[in-house]
Amino acid sequence: MRKRVYFFTVRAGLRLPAFRDKRSLAPALLPGPLCSLSSGYFLLPMDFTTFLIQVLNGVQYGFMLFLVASGLTLIFGIMGIINLAHGAFYMIGAYLVYWLMGITDNLFVSITAAIAIMLVIGLAIERFAISFLYHRDHLHQVLLTYGLILIFNEMQKILWGSDFYSVRVPEILSGSVRLTETLVYPHYRLFISFMCMLVAAGMYFVIGRTKLGMIIRAGASNREMTRALGINIGWNFALVFSLGAALAGFAGMIGAPVSSVYPGMGNQILIISFVVIVIGGIGSVKGAFVGAMLIGLADTFGQVLFPEFAAMIVYLLMAFVLMWRPQGLFGKPA
Amino acid sequence: MSNMSDNSRRRFIKGAGALAGLTAVSSFVPVRFAIGATAPVKIGILLPYSGTYAMLGNSITDAMKLRIAQAGDKLGGRAVEYIAIDSEMSVPKAPTNTNKLIKKNNVDFIVGPVHSGIAAAMAKIIGKRKTPIMIVPNAGSNAVTGPLCAPNIFRTSFSNWQPAYPGGELMAKEGHKTAVTISWKYGAGIQMMAAGKEAFEKGGGKVVREILIPFPKVNFQAHLAEIASLKPDAVFSFFSGGGAAKFLKDYAAAGLKDKITLYGPGFLTEGVAKAAGAAAEGIKTTLHYADTLDNAANKAFRAAYKKATGKAANVFAVQGYDTGSLLIQALDAVKGDAGATADLIKAMEVAVIDSPRGSWKMSKAHNPIQDIYVRQVENGEQKLLGVAAKQLEDPAKGCKMV
Repeated sequence: MRKRVYFFTVRAGLRLPAFRDKRSLAPALLPGPLCSLSSGYFLLPMDFTTFLIQVLNGVQYGFMLFLVASGLTLIFGIMGIINLAHGAFYMIGAYLVYWLMGITDNLFVSITAAIAIMLVIGLAIERFAISFLYHRDHLHQVLLTYGLILIFNEMQKILWGSDFYSVRVPEILSGSVRLTETLVYPHYRLFISFMCMLVAAGMYFVIGRTKLGMIIRAGASNREMTRALGINIGWNFALVFSLGAALAGFAGMIGAPVSSVYPGMGNQILIISFVVIVIGGIGSVKGAFVGAMLIGLADTFGQVLFPEFAAMIVYLLMAFVLMWRPQGLFGKPA
Repeated sequence: MSNMSDNSRRRFIKGAGALAGLTAVSSFVPVRFAIGATAPVKIGILLPYSGTYAMLGNSITDAMKLRIAQAGDKLGGRAVEYIAIDSEMSVPKAPTNTNKLIKKNNVDFIVGPVHSGIAAAMAKIIGKRKTPIMIVPNAGSNAVTGPLCAPNIFRTSFSNWQPAYPGGELMAKEGHKTAVTISWKYGAGIQMMAAGKEAFEKGGGKVVREILIPFPKVNFQAHLAEIASLKPDAVFSFFSGGGAAKFLKDYAAAGLKDKITLYGPGFLTEGVAKAAGAAAEGIKTTLHYADTLDNAANKAFRAAYKKATGKAANVFAVQGYDTGSLLIQALDAVKGDAGATADLIKAMEVAVIDSPRGSWKMSKAHNPIQDIYVRQVENGEQKLLGVAAKQLEDPAKGCKMV
């Protein structure tokens, strides 16, 4: 460790004296690559506080990505369905909350009601559309779910128009934490992270510790065998699909107060979610979590440290991970 | 992505309709001198109807149609046919869409786009031809009335330089010494930030960092933290549509609004009142329009627009409305003969538009010579504070017509 600190200190060049004060020494004690980010190795001014704030930003973005990506990876891993409409679910969730807020004026009630609606939508789509395509190849599924995107986007236009809207942050969470003398961090963002952690922990528990989770895992690893053991895989799929849809919707709902609600908001999140699950290993919820955190941090630091390449950093990361592990970090080798 | 089928369906229906109409009339009505409703003036529209800029595309279209409807839905005595394509804000798709309008639909005019990158792509195609006539109702790409300027390319909106340069001046005038610029990384953002920086540094200020974010990303957190650590006196910013609303909200939520004064070309606060709410209050911007402009044309326009769409008018609607006015004047001058391109162009060059933004006319490069106002958001309205630059003309660097 000591040697490494020395190494980066030397590379930091002109900023060498700064290491004398304690505050700047702290990042030097972090593991190598992180330390290099914060110590001015790239000749960019980023003190330790800013570094930590960016970590916070990255982690929070990662949590949001995890919510969307976990549903996507569940649906693919267990049902083998490539669901392009996942981003549309995210958008529908946000619009539902906007709409319900107009009626109830209470975010928590709106989110609860919207989740129920999303579950029904998911179930209906699985029963009346997706379930006919399990025996077809991926191309048919892609066509169907792409069609769903168009339908949802058109419905959004008919129902809510092309204006963008915002959702009010509830009074109780409208405060903020002071981080530096110029910067504050809204309570609501902390709340989002907290809820995402709850969902992640909940998923970990359900998948790893309950009978339902066991069936889900069994269905993921060997569909035929699970069916042969007398488990109704059909309803299992329906449940997984509607849960996946609700997860994406929930991300849109809880994110609505900070992200605004606007047409096409699902497209970007869909692409980045695919990147996340490809990095994490398709079908692995744990992989989705790690992938989301990696992307969240890489994107946040990438934007600040390599603004010229900000648009491609996450894709570079994906390329490197795939070169190293073609099946993704936690994926099963093909 | 989302609107491909929507458009092709719409296009198919329109195409089928047009074809049926064509077979019925074309054999005995000479198109060029068609009078009356038999052969309509064809106006191709290439604007975004989906994504972040959907609101802009809709405002422009609604206002342009409103203006033409006010003139009896006739241009020079002829009926009007609109052929609209969703630009999807995709630069790669712009050439295909433009060629479709020109070759397949045989349009007389192309109205579009919103996006500066698409504007440059379209101008490269249309500027090389004699027809159709292109009218840009928003995109500010300096190049369109600069190096790419052409006799058949007109703009009814602004050049990116126009609203941004006085913004930089204002920032320096109000005593700020250091600033960070932040915008999307595409034509409009890059050019506006450059113009603002030029004016600010000429006024004695210093831009300490220039942040450009991939378009249309709206994840600002990392950069807000960066700005907070740099502690500049002011921030100069361009975002528009949904992205602007999100930026204003994030900026306020990060606690920066009261510490580091935010400036920018007026698009930052245009049409976002409902979505950004308190986060937009008090922000000063510079633009060629303000809601409270005290002239008869503006009052009449705002009332008519509100009645037609149920929404409050914004600058994009003004630009669409003026596009309608320009078309009316031009086709009236040639009595509906859309084929008389040279006369049409002459009429458009001398047209004086009695606009809600105040009266304006075309520069030699075909860009409006117009007043730029200082506005401040008050109760969700763009309140006029004063004139930042009187009858400002774009320098039109590189335009051969100047």
